Order: sequence, then structure tokens, then C-alpha cells
Amino acid sequence: MMQLPNARGRFGAFGGRYVPETLIPALDELSRKYDKACRDPKFKAELDYYLRQYVGRPTPLYYAERLSKKLGGAKIYLKREDLCHTGAHKINNTIGQALLTLRMGKKRVIAETGAGQHGVAVATVAALFGLQCEVYMGTEDMERQALNVFRMRLLGTTVTPVHAGSRTLKDAISEAMRDWTTNVRTTHYILGSVLGAHPYPMMIRDFQSVIGRETRKQILQAEGRLPDYLVACVGGGSNSIGLFTPFLKHRKVKMVGVEAGGLGIESGKHAARFATGSVGVLHGTMTYLLQDDDGQIQLTHSVSAGLDYAAVGPEHAFYKERERISYASATDEEAMVAFDLLSQTEGLMPALEPAHAIAHVMKLAPTLKRSQVIVLNLSGRGDKDVQQVARLKGVSL
Amino acid sequence: MNRIDSAFQRTRERGEKTLIAYVMAGDPTLEDTEAYVLALAQAGADIIELGVPFSDPIADGPVIQQAAERALRSGTTLKAILAAVRSLRTKTQIPLVLMAYYNSVFRYGEAAFCRDAVAAGVDGLIVPDMPPDEAGTIHPLAEAAGLDVIFLLAPTSTAKREAAVARLSRGFIYYVSLTGITGAKLTDKADVEKKVREIRRYTQTPVAVGFGIATPEDAREVARIADGVIVGSALVKIIAAGGLPVVTKRLTAFTRSLKAATLSS
Repeated sequence: MMQLPNARGRFGAFGGRYVPETLIPALDELSRKYDKACRDPKFKAELDYYLRQYVGRPTPLYYAERLSKKLGGAKIYLKREDLCHTGAHKINNTIGQALLTLRMGKKRVIAETGAGQHGVAVATVAALFGLQCEVYMGTEDMERQALNVFRMRLLGTTVTPVHAGSRTLKDAISEAMRDWTTNVRTTHYILGSVLGAHPYPMMIRDFQSVIGRETRKQILQAEGRLPDYLVACVGGGSNSIGLFTPFLKHRKVKMVGVEAGGLGIESGKHAARFATGSVGVLHGTMTYLLQDDDGQIQLTHSVSAGLDYAAVGPEHAFYKERERISYASATDEEAMVAFDLLSQTEGLMPALEPAHAIAHVMKLAPTLKRSQVIVLNLSGRGDKDVQQVARLKGVSL
Repeated sequence: MNRIDSAFQRTRERGEKTLIAYVMAGDPTLEDTEAYVLALAQAGADIIELGVPFSDPIADGPVIQQAAERALRSGTTLKAILAAVRSLRTKTQIPLVLMAYYNSVFRYGEAAFCRDAVAAGVDGLIVPDMPPDEAGTIHPLAEAAGLDVIFLLAPTSTAKREAAVARLSRGFIYYVSLTGITGAKLTDKADVEKKVREIRRYTQTPVAVGFGIATPEDAREVARIADGVIVGSALVKIIAAGGLPVVTKRLTAFTRSLKAATLSS
């Protein structure tokens, strides 16, 4: 579909396939089936059907007039991925991968989840297509996102707690990779972000690019021109790459990815890989990581479980080095302020992940002219975070 | 001839199979590891595989994962492991192979690693998350330095990959007996036999089998099939139980029973 990555899954120096030999044939099969599906109009029709009738696409591009006026600068549009079924953009990818699972003749899917949004999106498509489903989740995250754990179980999925390591997303991915290595002949691993070994970062980007394709059409209709800025939060980086990809060729459109600044970059407790990270290999791909001098992966911190991961998608590393996309970070505190602002100015409660992107827009918009346009990807809604937000505000429910 | 090739030749000449014993370097400390390696060598291990602890070991089960956590808690680094190897080399000539995840080697620097590892007395390198496809840069560096890069094959490997790995792998080929992680249970020995036979069609390089070999009985069956038998989690479990003098005694007894199992094939 796109030019990058090359045949070996490389985005320049980044990407690749650093996985045990056992998995290579499965990745080869997935690449073949995906290539074939891309060339099959029936696959595209099927995917479009479910995106339209089941997910609820296209999602609106909403002009946030009150927010724009309040910040006193650029016009701010929100791409309403929070309106997707299950409440976040994650399902754009899981529908696509579930359809591929059926084409591979596999009956079981597994997944990792951090915030639980991807886990819920996988549990949902597993129910939809009659697939057996197991989701790995760190026990620390299970506590932070108890509601999503219960949602997955209600959907008939087995949620398996991961006690190893930091008991968060990275340990859940390791555990899912171990399961996949063991059950590779019968199981497809539905990875949730543009991470992991080739073809995952490419395939997931392609599935998420529907966000940017719709946005492009919608903004041309609304404004008669392309936006000046695109802003999105970056955990692994799937919602951002999905929005950015169709605009990459338009050199005038500036793009900002917002990472989790946690308690502040200087505190060391954050997940801003581009701020203090370095190149390394984690979970199958070469990219920017938070690691120590000996190459051990560092623990990350963020108020948002979905951004709390030590590596970033390899394609982001590529565009960072090329300076095509710039990266900023927002702290936990800034994200909380942004959460309140959007809730109270627009009646839209964002998930804590895109709250980081909103925090950046709060700084950016006032520096721009009223004629300028920002599109912000509102990648998920905040219902899942209400308990967490209450806890942070010291309110007992 | 290097130490790994000599070990396989020597066991072959004696009509026995090569026993490869794995321990995690630095579990619980590097001083302990040095003592364990000497004990394993004394008890009949022919090659020692030293695990390099990594925070996110995707190919390992809980036993080796926890060993890595213990090693990291005692401050074990790749640099310190190479220093321990240098110290071991004043006491033993047993072949030493490092098993490291790719990020450890990459972060150290591939060229510096090959040079320093060989200078310290390391004979080989196994990287479970580096298939041959990603070994383009390290392979020539290792060849030039005289470090054997040992590649893995698995039950899922196609004939094409078997041929490629057979051509590239030095020292031996590591056949992963099962689709799974270290410490899992080996059930399908007939399949192992079939695959080892397939691999042998492509190469004279010895084939060693690892993953799921937990008892002398397992070792005996695998020794009938392959040139080498790799035992890891079962040894790491003994170390995890703790207490240096007792551990050394148990490691010695267990390794002797494993070695005995590789004689009678």
C-alpha cells in the first residue's frame, strides 16, 4: 500500500524482525496473507462494511468552537475517534486483523493490553467473529483499569494477569509473545499498536490510516484547505500514525506527536522516549527506547496506561530522525488540566491518552493566528478513566 | 580448531554426545556463577552456556526469567560478565558460549562486543531474538573476531530456513525442540528426530537440541537423536533453591547424571 517499510520491514534503520526463529514462519505467513488481502477487493469491501456498519465510521471531524475561542488562537478541529464502537480508535485495527485471522484459518486470538482499550477492542471482534480470545494484562494495569477488565470478561474473553517484571504493558507484550511462540500454529497475535516485528507496524498503520484519509476529506470540505497542524498522542503510536500518514506528502502540514511526560522529564518518571531515549531493540523491533547503559529496559511512568511503554513505533523513530514529525511531551498534571478543560468547554470527556495531545494544543493554539487550523485526534473517550481521575482528584466514589 | 569444535570432536571420538549446560550469569552473583561453572565442568559438562540477564526475555519461561531478575538485582552487566569470563579462563578451558538478547549486544556495540568477548575468552554467541535475517551486521564482525555465532532452528522452520541456518551457523546449530519457551515440557520426541534428520541433510555442523530437557531420561532420548543436549531451566532451578555449598553439590550430582545419559546411546 505504502512505500515504507522496505521488504525486510525497515523504516530506514528502524523496524525489522527481532524475534525467535519459531515465529518467523508465522510472520512470513501473515505478510503473505496481508499482501494478498490488500490486493483483494473482497477484503477491502468486507473491511469497509464492518468499519461503516459496526464501528460507526466515518467518525465526524468536529469544530471545537468554544475550545478554540477559549484558547484564543487557531481553529481547533477534533477527529472524533472517541465515537468508534468500544470508545477508541483501537477497533479500526482489530477488525482488520480479525478478518485476516479468519483468512489464515486460525481459531484463536491473543492480545496484550495496557489501558484495556485494545483488549476490549480485541474481545469485541473475537465475540463478533466467534474466535476464542485470551488477553494478557499486567496486574498493575488491571488494578488501574478494573472496569475494562470486567468489560473484556463480559465479552467472553479470558483475561490473564501478568505478574512478571513491572506488571504493566511491556510485561503483557512479553507474555503474549510467549503464548504466541507456544501456540503459533493455531493462534494469531493481534498486536495493538505500530510496534513489534514486521509486518505489524506496517499493517497496523495501514488499518489506522482510515483516520487520516477521512480527516483529509473532511477538512477540505470544512475549510477548503489542509490543516496547518496535526496533533496526536503517541504511546506505541497507532492513532497518531493513522492520522498523519495520508498527510505526510503535504510538506506544509506540520505534525506533532505528544508523549507522556509523567511527573516531568527531569524526574526520570515518564514515557517520553524521544526526550531521553536511545536506539535499541524491544519486542521485535529496532526503535527509540528508554533503557539504561547496559541495555536493560527502564520502567516508565504515566497517568495514562495507554502511553506507559518504554518503546515507540519504529516508523515514528524514522520520521523523528528525518524531522518530518516533531515530538513533544505533556506531564500527568498538564493532561489532567486538559481533561477538565475539554470536559467543561465542549462536554467531551477525553481518555487520558488524548488528554496529553489536548495539553499540547493548549500551548500551541494561542501562538497561532485565528486563520490557522489544528486537527487534534481525540483517539478515545474518557469513560474508562473516570475511576482513575476520581482517585487522582482524591474523590472516593 | 576452536574450543567448541574440539569439544564436539572429542565427544564424537569417545562415542558420546556433547552436554551443554546453561546457567544465568550473575545468578545470584557472578562469584557464584564462576564457582558453578567450574563445578559443571568438573562434573562432565562439555560446553557451558552463560545467560546474559535481560529485563524482557521473550524466549524464556518463568524459571530463567526469575534468574535474570536475580542477576540484575545483584548488578550484573555484560561488561562484568566478560570480566568473569576472563577470570574463568585462568582456571578452565571449557568452551563458553554467551546467550544474550540482541539489545544487550547492540547496546554494547556489535564490533566492540565481538572484540571484547573473544579477548575475554568467549567462544560463541547465541541470540534468541536475532534470526539470521537480522544478523547482517554482526555476522562478519564475529567471523573476523573468531566468535562462533550459533543460530537456532525451530519446529516451525521451513526447509529453506533450515538450509540457510545450516550454512550460517558456526560451532553448532541450536535446535529448539518445541514451539514454546525455555522450561516448557517436551512431548513430541519423534518430531525432534525427524527435524534433526532434516537439518543434517544440509550440513556437517553438529546439531544440539535444547528446550524442555529436564531429566537424565530426557537427555538420554535426545542424545540418541542429536549431537548435543542442552539443559538450562533444570539447572537454574537447582541454583534458585539457594545456598552455595549445597547448590554446588546438587549441580555436580545432577550434571553427572546428565553426562552419564549422553554416554549410553
